[in-house]
Amino acid sequence: MKNNWPLWEVFVRSKNGLEHRHFGSIHAADAEMALENARDVYTRRNEGVSIWVVESKHITASNPENNGELFEPAQDKVYRHPTFYTLPDEVKHM
Amino acid sequence: MKNENKIQYIYGIADNALILGQRLSELCGHGPNLETDIAMTNMALDLLGQTRSYYQYVAQLSGDGKTEDDIAFLRIERQYKNVLLVEQPNRHFGYVITRQFFYDAFHLLLLEELQNSDDETVAAIAKKGIKEVSYHQRFSSDWMKRLGDGTEESHQKVQEAVDDLWKYTDELFHMTEDDKIAVENGVGVNTAALREKYDQRIRDVFEEARITIPETKWFQKGGKQGIHSEHMGYLLSDLQYMQRTYPNMKW
Repeated sequence: MKNNWPLWEVFVRSKNGLEHRHFGSIHAADAEMALENARDVYTRRNEGVSIWVVESKHITASNPENNGELFEPAQDKVYRHPTFYTLPDEVKHM
Repeated sequence: MKNENKIQYIYGIADNALILGQRLSELCGHGPNLETDIAMTNMALDLLGQTRSYYQYVAQLSGDGKTEDDIAFLRIERQYKNVLLVEQPNRHFGYVITRQFFYDAFHLLLLEELQNSDDETVAAIAKKGIKEVSYHQRFSSDWMKRLGDGTEESHQKVQEAVDDLWKYTDELFHMTEDDKIAVENGVGVNTAALREKYDQRIRDVFEEARITIPETKWFQKGGKQGIHSEHMGYLLSDLQYMQRTYPNMKW
């Protein structure tokens, strides 16, 4: 069968407290079917407690050709990492 | 309640799950697309899991050394007590969904009552199955609506499937002698009392799906007595092949 249903991106939260992560994509005719298909395809092995689906066409992606101007300027700015502070011993769980 | 009656009562429920699960598993790798293929095989595995719990309990009750595998694979056709509906072949996707929908609607009502059984093991198996079967019903009901209220072709195919399978729905509510004994002993469910809710459920979904309920008053029966349709032998030869060819084989 020719599959002409639109493509949807699937995001699954694996545990309460964690964020939704991109798991993959599926085909579905509408949002309700997308949720059911995502459930069947991606949470069969107890992977999730919550699912988001969004039709792939609604995602705006950066262009790989622009990677130079978008991402390279951050490469030599190590001071943006919070690694230059001396933590007092009393501070835990940082 | 004698164990033999209880065993027969459990076959009447468990064999439906085994045979419908077998039908669905035939679609593994043959679904209309990846997503529905996985959905149907998921349901097959749910049903097989339920079947195993029932058969393990039967093996324990019978105490003759037989295992769940013997029960699933080595009975002869007449000893399977599933309804005719679940053994009907996978003609096309709309047909598979219609068969599933007719069974799911019944199955959920049955388990909701069976979880109150005085037999603790049966009650526990039913309770565990409710969540699985709720999803099955949601899946098959959604697809009934999509196909029935879809294109002209999908509507026609699913209406034809309804017209063809309708004659097998009445048998779901037939009570065998073992069913009656199980009800009298607080173990079983009086399925005749589920009829009204079942009909309402069918009507609600069909209304949204623009599907017409057939007017025929003639219904087919026999499966619950072990008298099956011509499709059952082929199904069993597939199902039983490995155990018959390599007796006592294990995975």
